Order: sequence, then structure tokens, then C-alpha cells
Amino acid sequence: MTTEAGTETEVKEKAEESAAQPDQIDQSEKAPEETKEVVIAEGDKKEKEGKGISRYLPSWLKKQKSQTQTSPTKDDPTSDEAVGNETEQKEGAPPEVNGHAEEEEEEKEEEKENSEQVNQKEAELKADVKEETETVREEKVEEEKSEDKCAKEETKAVPEGEKTEEQQKELVKETSEAPAEGEKETQTSLFQSPLKLVRKNKMKLVVCHVTLLDGTDYTCEVEKRVKGQYLFFKVCEHLNLMEKDYFGLTYIDNHNNKCWLDPTKEIKRQIRSNNWQFSFNVKFYPPDPSLLTEDLTRYLLCLQLREDVACGKLPCSFVTHALLGSYTLQAELGDYEPDQPKPLDYMSQLTFAPNQNKEMEEKILELHKSHRGMTPAQADAQFLENAKKLSMYGVDLHHAKDSEAVDIMLGVCANGLLVYKDKLRINRFAWPKILKISYKRNNFYIKIRPGEAEQFESTVGFKLQNHRSAKRLWKVCVENHSFFRLNAPEPPNKARFLTLGSKFRYSGRTQAQTRVASSLIDRPAPNFERTSSKRISRSLDGAPVISITDTSAGENGREPHLELNSDSKSSVHGDNIYVRHSNLMLEDHDKTQDEVLKHQASISQLKRSFMEAPPPSPPQPNLWEKRITSSPATIRVQPQPVVTVSQTETSPVEIVTPEPKEPVKTAEVEIEETVVVQEVSKTTKPVIVTVEKVPSEPVVKIEEAMTVTEEEKSCKRESVSSESESEEEAEYHPNVSISISHTQIPEEKEEEIEEQEKQVKNDTPADLPPITQDTPPAEVQEVAEETKDVVESKEEVVVVEEKPAAEPEMEESTDDPMVTPEEAPNGLPLPDDAPDATLEEEPKMNGQPVTVETVETERHPQVICCTEPPVVKTEMVTISDTFAAQKTEIATKEVPIVHTETKTITYEAAQLEGNGDAEPGVLMTAQTITSESLCTTTTTHITKTLKGGLSETRIEKRIVITGDCDIDHDEALAQAIKEAKEQHPDMSVTRVVVHKETELADEED
Amino acid sequence: MANICPYGRFTHAVVRGIPESFGKAPHDEHQNGEQNGDASVDLAKAQRQFGCLTGALRQKVGLQLIEIPPDPDLPESWRIEDVVVIQGDTALITRPYKQQRRTEAEAVRRVLSELGLTVVEMGEEEGGSGGATLEGSDVLFTGREFFVGVSSHTNRRGAEVLADTFRDFAVSTVPVCGGARLKNICSMGGPDTIVFSNSEGAKKTLRMMEQLTDHHYEILTVPEEAAANCIYIKGASKRDFLIHRPTEEAPESTAAFQKLQDYTLLPTACSEASKLGACLSSLCLLINRKHSFF
Repeated sequence: MTTEAGTETEVKEKAEESAAQPDQIDQSEKAPEETKEVVIAEGDKKEKEGKGISRYLPSWLKKQKSQTQTSPTKDDPTSDEAVGNETEQKEGAPPEVNGHAEEEEEEKEEEKENSEQVNQKEAELKADVKEETETVREEKVEEEKSEDKCAKEETKAVPEGEKTEEQQKELVKETSEAPAEGEKETQTSLFQSPLKLVRKNKMKLVVCHVTLLDGTDYTCEVEKRVKGQYLFFKVCEHLNLMEKDYFGLTYIDNHNNKCWLDPTKEIKRQIRSNNWQFSFNVKFYPPDPSLLTEDLTRYLLCLQLREDVACGKLPCSFVTHALLGSYTLQAELGDYEPDQPKPLDYMSQLTFAPNQNKEMEEKILELHKSHRGMTPAQADAQFLENAKKLSMYGVDLHHAKDSEAVDIMLGVCANGLLVYKDKLRINRFAWPKILKISYKRNNFYIKIRPGEAEQFESTVGFKLQNHRSAKRLWKVCVENHSFFRLNAPEPPNKARFLTLGSKFRYSGRTQAQTRVASSLIDRPAPNFERTSSKRISRSLDGAPVISITDTSAGENGREPHLELNSDSKSSVHGDNIYVRHSNLMLEDHDKTQDEVLKHQASISQLKRSFMEAPPPSPPQPNLWEKRITSSPATIRVQPQPVVTVSQTETSPVEIVTPEPKEPVKTAEVEIEETVVVQEVSKTTKPVIVTVEKVPSEPVVKIEEAMTVTEEEKSCKRESVSSESESEEEAEYHPNVSISISHTQIPEEKEEEIEEQEKQVKNDTPADLPPITQDTPPAEVQEVAEETKDVVESKEEVVVVEEKPAAEPEMEESTDDPMVTPEEAPNGLPLPDDAPDATLEEEPKMNGQPVTVETVETERHPQVICCTEPPVVKTEMVTISDTFAAQKTEIATKEVPIVHTETKTITYEAAQLEGNGDAEPGVLMTAQTITSESLCTTTTTHITKTLKGGLSETRIEKRIVITGDCDIDHDEALAQAIKEAKEQHPDMSVTRVVVHKETELADEED
Repeated sequence: MANICPYGRFTHAVVRGIPESFGKAPHDEHQNGEQNGDASVDLAKAQRQFGCLTGALRQKVGLQLIEIPPDPDLPESWRIEDVVVIQGDTALITRPYKQQRRTEAEAVRRVLSELGLTVVEMGEEEGGSGGATLEGSDVLFTGREFFVGVSSHTNRRGAEVLADTFRDFAVSTVPVCGGARLKNICSMGGPDTIVFSNSEGAKKTLRMMEQLTDHHYEILTVPEEAAANCIYIKGASKRDFLIHRPTEEAPESTAAFQKLQDYTLLPTACSEASKLGACLSSLCLLINRKHSFF
């Protein structure tokens, strides 16, 4: 079990417990602790050990002790059974389909949520158990030895045996978490926000009603904050559907529009009503249904098409109605039986067409006779063969007006965008011809690639009813383009700075990917019931019929043990093979069973760490998106002028080959994680390659940058995870090259990334848009830092105390192997200290040695590095003109020189990965938000980086405190850390840099 | 789709004889100046050429030929393609631009009903289609979709009615330039081949068609507009027949037709009809009555 990942949850869990149990001490402890810590911080800043500041840091930042022994202990009981239904589902369903790291993660998030639930229950039910745990914890605080922990767990396990299954399960979790909690208790309690306590208890279950394609209703309970994907997976599992990427859930919004449920977002936020009513529908109509692997999938597609045809959504001629109807009859009823008049009665109950009449029914019957001998599956296939040829097959129509306000219909389909006026097709824009899709308010725009003869690209605009419809259309376009045209989904584009546009991207698998996935399905043809006929389907080759209950038991109950058995071979049961297909879809398949096992183990490891990771609080949706972000593609789009180094250090997580893993001095746990990462990065390979081929688009996209004042927090949330109506515009560049090879080897990938990086470097100066000129470099230049963790993202708090208005420049790591462009805060109102910031060029140079030193220390596994640099005299160039300040020709000698004393103290978390061969990440997006108050300026810099297929969000918060009087630095620091922790409870603080510049008053002059 | 199959399979051809009044139609203000001299039309030659065409259809290609006798009161009734659009089992009786031509459909309707086709009227009674005009020579059916040339004789409303009738198919409208008809500048030359004129107007139409279609068609470009109209039929033994204008009428285009591999080329003269703005395909309706499902 990985304590690193688990800490947050544990903290919360603990908080919860303490709330429930007044007898627990830590609440009361907290306050004193806090003050004590501040004191320590003050006193110990210069100490090598940095004991004081370490209290502010999550325990995982410190060097972890090996906790491998805890894993088995945890695993065993769970594998025995005791896995709740929900866990099973999560274990079972997602892996089936998922070939993606992202999905895996999603799954994990779900699990996490689950585990929370469980924990909650635990809190309620098992006071005595908790007490036990607490004692254990206390002991742990004292000893903190993994061996001891294990021993304790064992002793605990004895009483557990007497408990009920559920309790036992909970206990298992509790015990395994206990050691971490013990450490946590003292160290991180400070960061517990009261908010969390409240949030935790609010979790509720909601009943969802999903109308399935056969008209039946599926009801299930989900947690209120659950994401769309969770419900979708539940439904798919209920249907026993594996080729699920063609499907989706819809809901009716407040304006009576049918909307697709975004799998990556919380359901609650999307539906915005208490009506948890959904329907399961085909989202992407496969252009060639015969390529679907399973009859079940075809059957569901048939059901959807029957409905489409019957309601007139899919128009067809009389003859076609009759023919399709006859195949329906054949599939549902089997061969026509002349002696039974049943079909006729039956038929009039069925709706085959919007304008069904006797004549049509007779025709249907007549044709039905001709299908004698056809199996249901064959009849379905024939149905689809005919339906797919219909011109409106798979076309999603949207009402719109053209530029002349003429009513038209826009149809989105696999091939592109169709324009209809009445029933006539008057234009068509194939995906390859579309360069950009965007919407702004109720306008929908497509930018068209210039034809051979034309020189300029043109933009076609359409007006939709309102901005909601425009956005809906835009989303459908983005999704259809991604699904049908790309080989791998494009990550959300977060490149643009502070545009409030939607960052929505298709997150699922593309058709290409899903085809690969389905080609790997090797389960026996699932048996399913065709609703009306109650006939049991046979697959085309006449597979034997198995009773339905058997199947469901077999399929649904798959690999509950997988999750928890990392080392017991017994976990490899036949069913696991499906997991392998889905999870590791894109990896090579000639792995030995052992390797597969290892992968599974590591996956479960990762899962578990997720379970224990921070709870799905509001920021959590980001986790999901974060992962999807991972494509350097955005790099090209985001033309970063000011070269900034932000991405330093090591990230052993990315180690691709297993060998280097061994020497890593960190615990085994981490090594296992690394394996996971390796897999993850493999699976996401296509993404990376995509990036490579993105045609460079050096155009700066700065659209209506918004003035952001205070609430950077809410701001960020809004843009990242909300469906907010305020997203009135967004754009999408669909011309991502689709020539992606699925068979890249990791080495190549690395090279490519490097190449890409180089390119980026080279491109950077060229792409420099004029707008960045007025951006003070200091804003962009961020502190080079820090640790990477696979699971967690972290936050950097840079607290700077500054007496003159001088910019607190942090170090820049010169030895950084990669130069990453970062998004400049374009269009942002310049912060107060902006002019000063520009002055930093000089100071920076002076401060360089300091910087390098700091960076160096980061390489070491010390818990805390505290460097007190020599007092550096920096030149203060006071120039009010920002533009002028940029110019290098400025003669510093001519301006007044102010000498300041600079002091930089760096506290940082232990690097989980200390070796230098780390693969540098690729910056995905960067975002800077500035807020100001009287004497402090807070600059929040959010960067998303791609590292070996995983993306990571890092928030750097720079707080500049300006004041003439003495400032209690330590208090300020403590306060800053505390705030940061509260604001981003899902993140951890990895590094704290205090940079103090004191003007040496009139010393020189 | 029961009725979506590669273009070119036909079993029957319906034609209507050249009447005595050939070329005596009331002046059509939309027709080009070259055709309005009545004297230039040779009735006998026109009838001979008509005979050659029907002969080719029946004897060379092997279609069942149904010939509706000419009606002297309907001087343009030989342009039978205009009055009906047939696809699969459905025949849409059109509303030609000229009022006096709308009675031409009566005889055709009877024949089609006898052949078992579902005859759909464009229905003047429907208020909506009151202004709709549609002529078959503005309709190109490729086997996969319809292109309707919005021309002097066919308007958008007419195209909408067509789209409503043949719902299985995409119906796209394309502009036809220069007073011509869609079928004057292009026609099917194979299951996936469209023969296209090389004229500027035709190129424009072609570009539009390429823009609108989901499919890929081979384009056979012919230098003369006269050659752009052909009749392609996939015969009984799966032989490809192409009835096209002879060398005398389109000397430059002969080489282009030679490029068609394994085709049986049937050069058929059509000079008299073309003087009236018609072309080979104007003279016949092609029907496929050997449907696998009916």
C-alpha cells in the first residue's frame, strides 16, 4: 500500500473520525500544534533538518519507510471475499473497456469514492474498531517502524475476524491505513480544513433511473457526487456490454434538451436538477456495424436504430421501413409461421415507422417470410447492413440559421458536418477540411481549410438558438471528430491562458482504439435476451446457449480478487484475461503470465493508492482531466514566448525500463508504482505520438482574456471542471494528424519527446507573440522545482517577503534539461509589482549560484533542504515602463541602484525519485492567476505537465508581501502554507521557498 | 438498403416515340438560341436516331423495351426522362417547368403502374409544393445519392419533394450554370464513375458535388459538353455498356471513352434531339424490376 497516495484520504478520514469521536485528542492537539509549529518554523529555518517546517509538509514528503509488508496483510482478507458489490463493479467493469491510463484512473477515483463511503460507514458503525485503530496509531507515532506496524495490524486482525464481513472489510482498510495515519496525525493535522469535515458527511446516495434501449428501466444507487462515467459503467455492466465506447448516457436538461452526460464530470453538476433520469443511447453510430465484435453490441445498436426509425429520426422510405421491420420480426420472433396469426397482432403493437399502416405491416410480413432460417443475430446484422446505408444514419441534427438567417439544420456525423436546408443537403464539411471548430455565445463557427485554388482559410458561421445549443453542437462536433477521425483522443486544451472557454474534449476511446479493444475481446459470445421475443440469442456461428443467469454471474463477478492480490498467484483466474485486454490493450501481448500478473498487481497497487488518495472533493474532477491533459500537443498551440524554466528535476516515476527502478532508494512500494506508470505510459503512447505530428500552429490564441480578480480558486474550478453556462465560447482544432502508429516502442517515444522539446525550444523565440512583451518576465519565470509523484500533484508555496518593491525572484535552474515554455499571463492586469518584476533580470543573474545550489540539493533525498545563501546584493532598476525594461540595452548604471539583501530558504519534500536520469516532463498548460490585497500579491501559477503519459498539476503560489514595517515572516509562512493547504486539499505541498529581500537602507549611497 | 445497390442495374427501359410535332414546341424562353430554329430539326433523322437508341437498348444491352406511342399534341413528350424520377420501386412523377408538359406524365404513369412501381405524385394539391418544379434531366442518381441541379427548370422546392420521396438517400442540390440542365453536363459512366463535361460551369458543379458527397466517385472528364451525357447500364452478363455520342458528334471525347476498361461502347447519334437541348438520357427511363426482395 502506498502511503504517499493515501495520506489525504487518511487525513480526512481521520478528521471525520475525530469529529465523530470527541474522545480523540487530535482535534484539541491541533491548535497547540499549530502554534508550536510556527514557533519551530521560526527557529529552525536554517536547520538542516528543518524539523519545524516539516510539520507543514505531508508525511509522504519525508522519506518513506518501506511498507511493502502492509500490502499483503491488506490484500489477503479482501481477496478472501468481503469485497463489496460496488468495489466489484469498479474492478470489473472499467478494466474491461479501458485501455487507457485515464480510464484506469477514473476507475480509481471511483474506488476512492467507494472507499470513502466505506470509511464513512466505518465511522458510523464501528466505534470500537476505531478505538483500536487509534491506539495503534498512537503507538505508531512513537515508533514509526513498518515492522511494528505489521505486527500491530496482525494483532488487530484477530478481533476483526469476529466482525461481520462488511466490518471486516472496513477494518482491513483501516488497519492498513493506520500506520500512515499515525504519522499523519501529528504532521498533517494542521492542514485539515474544517470544510472537509463537513463535506465528508454530506455524501448521499441517489437513485438513478436509466432507460435502456429495450425500454426497460434500470435503477441503481450512486453516490451523489459520482461522475458520469461511474453510472455509465454500471449500466454497461448491467448490460454486460464490452464495446461500450459507442454508447453514452443522455439526460434532459432544464431547457428540455437532450444532452450527453459527460463521463468525466460529476453527474450532479451536469443534470442540475433532482431528476436523476437518464437514458442509455448510441452515441457514435459505427459506420460499419459488421466490424463490431459482439452480437450484443449489434443488438443494442439495432434497438437504437429501431427506435430512431420508428420515431422518424432516421427517415427512410416505405420499402426500407418494411425491410427493416421484417428483419426486426425475424430477430424477435424467428421464422415466420403461417399457421400462427400471432405475427399480425403482434405487429400492430410494434411501431416500425412513424406513419405505419396496414399496407406496411403486410409488406413487413411478406418480407418476413423471406427471411426464413435467419438467426436473430443474422437478422440484426442484415438490419444494420441496410440501416447503415441510410443517408441520415448516425447524423445528429441541430437547428441553426445560416449567415442570412435562413433556417437550416446542421448534421454531425462520422464524416463531418452536414448542412441541410429542409431535407436537402446544401453543404458538407468533411472533418479533414475543418481546421477549427468554435463557438461564441450562440454562434458556431467552423474554419475551413483553403481549397487548392483558394489562398485563405474561410470561416463559416452559423447562429444557433442560444449559447447552450451552440455549445452542445460544438461538443458533439468535438466528440465526433475525435471519435471517428483521431486515433487517440486529443487531450483537453488548457493551453490558452484564462480564456473562460470550455476545455471540453472527448475523453473516451476513439473508434480506432475501441476497434483494437474489441478485437481483443475473447470471451464467449455473451448471451442476452431479446426483450420482446424472450428468445435467447445465438451468435452467428451458433454458439451454445447458456442460461442467462449463468452468464451474468460469470461476467459480473469477475476478478474481485484481482484488485487486492498483488502477489498471490491465485488471483490469476480465467476472468482476469479480460482485464488484461482492456487495461493493457495497447501493450504488447506476448507477455508471460507472470508479467501480466505483475501488471495486475501494480495496477491494483495504483488503484489502492487511489483509494486512499484524497477524496473526491470538488477539486477532484481535475484529477481525471489532468490525466487526459497529457499530450504535448498543446505545446505547439500555445506559443510560449518567454522561455522559462519550471520543469526541473527528476521524475523517476517516468523511468521506462524496469532496471533503473531497482536502484531507486525508495521503498518497494514506489517501485511497484513505477511499474504501473510504465504501463500507463505505454497505453497512452498514441497520445504522445499524436502530439508529435501536430502541425505547428504558431498562432497565439488569445481570446477575450478575462480579468481575474480575487477568487483564483473558484476561477480555476470553474474552468476546469464545471459545465458552467458562463463558458460562452470555446474552440477546437480538429486537424490533428491521424497518422499514429500504435506500435511505438518506449524508446522511440522518449526520443520523440526529446525532439519535441527541442522543437519547443527552438520554436519558442520565433513564436514569441507581441503580447508577451508587456508581460513581466518575473511573472512567467517560475521557480524551478520539484518532485513528481505519480499519483499526487502538488502545490508549491512560494512565500516571499519583500521590503522594497523588489521582485522576489526565485532561482532558475540552469541545468534543467528542458526548457519549457509557459503561458504568459496574457491579458491579465499586471500586478502591482509588475514593473518591479521586470527589474529582476539582473538580480536573477546575481542570485544564480544560490539557485543552482538549491537545485542541486533537491536531488538528494533529504527531507528538507534549507539553504541560506550568502547575502546577495541585487541591483534594483527602477523603471516604470515595462516595455523599456524588457530591452536588454538598458544601461543599468544609469539608473539608481538599490541594494537589497536577498535570502532564499528552500524547504522541500524528499524526492521520491532521486536519480538524475529522469525524463523531463512536457509542459501541457500553464495558467497564472493573480490576486492582490493591500500588501500582498498572490500569484498562482498552475502548470500541467505531461510526464511519460501521466499528467501532473502543479500549482505554484507566489505570495509577495510588501511592507515597510517588520513582518512576522514565520507567521506569514505558516499562514500561507495553511491557506494553500486548505485551498487545495487534494494537493500536497512539496516545496516551500522563502525569499527575503531586505533593502539595505542607504548603505551604498 | 433493399434498394441501395451499385448503379447501373436495369431490366427495363421506357421510351416514347418522336411525334410529328417534334421541334414544334412553343418557344421556350430558357432554351439557348441555337435550338430555336425549327427548320434545323430533321424529324426523320430524329426518328432514325431514336430507333438506333432503342435498338441498342433492346438488342445490344438486352433490356426489355417499352415504347409509349408518340402523342402529336405533346411535342416534347419524347423527353420522357423529365416527367418521372425512378429509383428502385418508386417513381416520382415530376412537375416540369412548362405547364403544357405536365400532361405528358399520364401515359407514363400507366406504364409504370403496370410495371408494379410505386408511383408518387408531386401533388399539386399540396399547397407546399405548389411552386415546386422538377425535371428528371436535372436529377443525377448515382446509386448512392441524388444530386439535383437547381436550374432554369428545377427549383429547390422540387428538390425537397424529391428528397421527401426518396428518404433513404441524401439529396444534394447543386447549381447548374449557363441555362443547361444537370444531365447536360454530367451523367453516370459506371457504378462509381461520373462523366463530366470540361466546361467552366460544369467544373463548378463538379466541385460542389465533390464537396457535398460522402463517397468518392471517379470522374471521367470529356472535353465536349455533348459527350458528357451517356447512358450506362450493367447488362445481364455483368457487362458494362456505355451508350455515348459518336465520334461525328463529339470528336474530341472518343479517346476519353476508350479509357474505360472492358466497356462495350455503343456510339449512338443524338444530334437532332440535342438541337432541342436534349441528350441521350432524355429519351429513356431506366427501371430495375428484378428486385431481390419483391
